[in-house]
Amino acid sequence: MVGILEDKDRIFTNLYGFHDWGLEGAKQRGCWNATKDILSYGRDWIITNVKNSGLRGRGGAGFSTGLKWSFMPKEVKDRPHYLVVNADESEPGTCKDREIMRHDPHLLIEGCLIASFAMQAHACYIYIRGEYVFERERLEAAIKQAYEAKLVGKNNVHGWDFDIYVHHGGGAYICGEETALLESLEGKKGQPRLKPPFPAGAGLYGCPTTVNNVESIAVVGTILRRGAAWFAGFGAQNNTGTKLFCISGHVERPCNVEEAMSIPFRQLIEDHCGGIRGGWGNLKAVIPGGSSVPMIPAEQCENMPMDFDTLRGLGSGLGTAAVIVMDKSTDLIKAIARLSYFYKHESCGQCTPCREGTGWMWRVMERMAKGDADPKEIDILLDVTKQVEGHTICALGDAAAWPIQGLIRHFRHEIEDRIAQYRSSKGNFAGHSIAAE
Amino acid sequence: MSVRRLAAVQPDSFAFKPETLEKANWWIAKYPENRRQSAVIPILWLIQKQEGWVSEPAIAVVAEMLGMARIRVYEVATFYTMFMLEPVGSAALIQVCGTTPCQLRGSEALMKVCKDKIGPKDKLSADGKFYWQEVECLGACTNAPMAQINDYFYEDLTPDNLAQIIDDFAAGKTPKTGPYNGRFTSEPLGGATTLKDPSLYDGSAAKPLKIPNAPEAEVKA
Repeated sequence: MVGILEDKDRIFTNLYGFHDWGLEGAKQRGCWNATKDILSYGRDWIITNVKNSGLRGRGGAGFSTGLKWSFMPKEVKDRPHYLVVNADESEPGTCKDREIMRHDPHLLIEGCLIASFAMQAHACYIYIRGEYVFERERLEAAIKQAYEAKLVGKNNVHGWDFDIYVHHGGGAYICGEETALLESLEGKKGQPRLKPPFPAGAGLYGCPTTVNNVESIAVVGTILRRGAAWFAGFGAQNNTGTKLFCISGHVERPCNVEEAMSIPFRQLIEDHCGGIRGGWGNLKAVIPGGSSVPMIPAEQCENMPMDFDTLRGLGSGLGTAAVIVMDKSTDLIKAIARLSYFYKHESCGQCTPCREGTGWMWRVMERMAKGDADPKEIDILLDVTKQVEGHTICALGDAAAWPIQGLIRHFRHEIEDRIAQYRSSKGNFAGHSIAAE
Repeated sequence: MSVRRLAAVQPDSFAFKPETLEKANWWIAKYPENRRQSAVIPILWLIQKQEGWVSEPAIAVVAEMLGMARIRVYEVATFYTMFMLEPVGSAALIQVCGTTPCQLRGSEALMKVCKDKIGPKDKLSADGKFYWQEVECLGACTNAPMAQINDYFYEDLTPDNLAQIIDDFAAGKTPKTGPYNGRFTSEPLGGATTLKDPSLYDGSAAKPLKIPNAPEAEVKA
């Protein structure tokens, strides 16, 4: 068998868009089946079962989705509750939510209804990144179908008045951070808010709000239809369920695929991607969870189960399960320098350590990629990453620091070699004559 | 962060076309009555669709429309990098993804094609038809390298593909979007390894079902 997960246990049965994305096709594949029954069991039943399934947020942080829902106020008081779906998929390497929105949009819409009911929200906004124009058009069309079929809207067949709106962004990575997303949805610059107050207390328009990733919401309907125990039956303990993996970079056949959590890295690559370009021995390093997590060198990868806890134990993270594979032809210093440019470009400018630090780190990384640096600067760079990490409102500062830390942790010798090479090619550099004495 | 300024040369005025205005009002209706400001990004984007870029008079019109201070709209227009602050090519705006996953698969060669055929990046071409940029991750990493042209994604590109696409746009055609290496979407090249079980698609999943561990009847509702 290919992989671990069997076809009958896949949630995203139209992942590649081979079948009808519309309402009829989605219903044929099981979407919107028994949704009314699910709602009839009540909020507590839904939240308990989502908790029991072990579903951890698919947007990167891996926090229990059911638990997050339970943080919403138990009763609606003067302010309405909101569900906001984070579809601002921008983490380099990640392209899974896109497939859900363009090929299985009804799973997302159904999940929005169930989650909103569970949190007593009558309105939901889906914040999709601005560049996903086609995906937005598709999602709008699917929502229109759902309204026409009275699955959502006022006086719908499910008996819970519910409006669902698509909102779009303007091309800012930072708006994937939940409070920046809320700022942006309110029509402002996407600059993260200080927490507390957390969105469950004061989120969108100051009202209780929960922000969830697209994949976290889209799996909920199927989880409840098939049972929490079914979902919890995949993957290692505390790392349960099925997961969309996005494998990019130097594999023979890059692809998106839904697999069981905790699938060994080598099996994921060999079974679905045709292996590493140039053979297994050609693997150099892997960024296992999107650009923000530190890389892992080849020798630690082979039997590594792809899940939250294992990867954290290796000093990295599962993040969004966006696996960026780099073979031995890769100039790792240049690859990370490009990520440093990304973070410099995407910093919102609010916190000084990030605004100034990301630019500084990028400039130093560019010099290191050429070798035009002093070996002592490697430690200075590492020290600066630690000064940025943990000293900003949101995690973008951490995300800018970690790829560099991962590079220095595992491939310091490459930076040193590059510097030595550069210096020998110059023959004469500052301090050269002193060193020769 | 990226520092962005409005263009030095600005038009005298901006006016909505009726169809743009209709769409703008459709966006405003999505938000609570006293939260019109929420529509600012979608409306600036509609303006960009109409005019090709966002000008200072347009910013003033949006501020008026949404009851915002001009500086707040200006902030939004300069913060979000999707907004073009100067005129772009009449045939195509080409945005090549340059972030690491695309870089690993050859985005630098794509940018060389743009440079050779169009000219330096972030500048209108001499004939006014093209404008190209290097942009950050567009979220189609398993289909790298790729570019967004006008609104849609062109994926799994080679330098030859992109050169042809540019020629087609120059000739007034609209080349097909999506992957250019023969695959359908993001399945593995040569055929999907999963989702082959016909019972997924025969309607059996739509049959009435009993929800597992449902509560006892009296607890319902």
